Amino acid sequence: MLRILQFLYSLRSFLLFVLLEVLAISLIVSNNSPQGAAFFNSSNALTGTVLKTRSDVVDFFSLAEDNEALLSQNALLLEQLKTINAIPDSLTLELDSAFEAQYDFKGARIISNSLRFAQNHLTLNKGSKDGVKPGMGVFNDQGVIGRIKSVSENYSVAFSLLNTELNLSTKIKNNDSFGTAKWDGKNSNKTKLLYVPRHVTANPGDTIVTTGFSAVFPEGILVGIIESVNQGADPNYLDIVVNLSVDFSKAHYVYLVENSQLNEIDSLQQQSEIENEF
Amino acid sequence: MNFRNLITFVFLVICLCTVQILLLKNVALFGVAFCFIYLLAILSFPISIRSFTLILISFGLGLLIDVFYDTLGLNAAAATLLAFLRPYWLKAISPNGGYDDSNTPTLREMGIGWYISYSLPLVFAFSLLFFTADQWGTGGLFGVLNKSLFSSIFTVILAIIVQLLFFKRRRGI
Repeated sequence: MLRILQFLYSLRSFLLFVLLEVLAISLIVSNNSPQGAAFFNSSNALTGTVLKTRSDVVDFFSLAEDNEALLSQNALLLEQLKTINAIPDSLTLELDSAFEAQYDFKGARIISNSLRFAQNHLTLNKGSKDGVKPGMGVFNDQGVIGRIKSVSENYSVAFSLLNTELNLSTKIKNNDSFGTAKWDGKNSNKTKLLYVPRHVTANPGDTIVTTGFSAVFPEGILVGIIESVNQGADPNYLDIVVNLSVDFSKAHYVYLVENSQLNEIDSLQQQSEIENEF
Repeated sequence: MNFRNLITFVFLVICLCTVQILLLKNVALFGVAFCFIYLLAILSFPISIRSFTLILISFGLGLLIDVFYDTLGLNAAAATLLAFLRPYWLKAISPNGGYDDSNTPTLREMGIGWYISYSLPLVFAFSLLFFTADQWGTGGLFGVLNKSLFSSIFTVILAIIVQLLFFKRRRGI
């Protein structure tokens, strides 16, 4: 017995190494599952505070750019407002209030962002205190950015669209044929559009937007522009490369969208055993 | 290691982690060369440190970086591997006559040729595990090797520069 203990003691650093590696790998697995809410991540109070302080300093230098983006979006909204208000003498359809209130929007700031890994995440400065919930969509004026993964009191962590675990339900705007946008982990400006059948005519320059099927994003939020369409290796589907409309390295302020009917749609789909992308 | 050295060393570890967390997160030269400068801390522990302690410290440091990067487990796994390999590699490349007990494996004490042959393979092993785990099931082997190679070269170059600028040559003893 003593011999065995002595033997184990002589191997102690190796055993510790194996133990810690197993621990680390289990952490990796639990962190990367899309549903798993990990315990250690940048939304905890201490980490969030450090990252926010850093972002307070760094964001100061991009205020001019952010202002410009806000201005241009304000201009766009004003223009839309004008067209909405400028129908004084035509019939208008009163929408059911249930439809009107389907989507709820909030604003937030990105305090930490990664671009270079295969699984990228964002940290936002709003948490459960401000009504952020896991599963909300994240986008900005340029297009889709990601989806909230986990929430703490003051901060939240989101999957970036640049995350190989994330599937986004999208369609080609001009012919309504849908496909799944999924990042391939290579270039932070481009993503792949999967599962578009070969009979669909897709051309470089076509716009890709969200479908609204998934109940996370409203329909028609920009994702990107098709860069190239190839026949690819798969006999059933086209190989489509999409230029993302969002510049992830410059995204600072984002909007969060919550679908108030998400729970209902989710439970309905679970009932009928449909596994949906978001 | 006396008390004064200990304080200096803790200060070094804190500085390196701060720089890693606040500045180097999205630094990637040409999209392939990442920088893991906090490894310099693990690499510079005294040669006489026990393997057990070093592995524990490295795991902790890796986990700290992971929490800030949202790459939970990646840095921890890779840093633990580096710490595990370090004593074996030190033994394998020991100079004639072995090491003094007071030696630390730094550039100033051991010279540039030895330092590169010491740090580059270890950092490469770290990067290899890091990028394999990061790109698991997505990229090909080529992408992983490419990123590992250039990241380790970049990290070692930066580590050498940091040591030339900030590490003082120890006098006396």
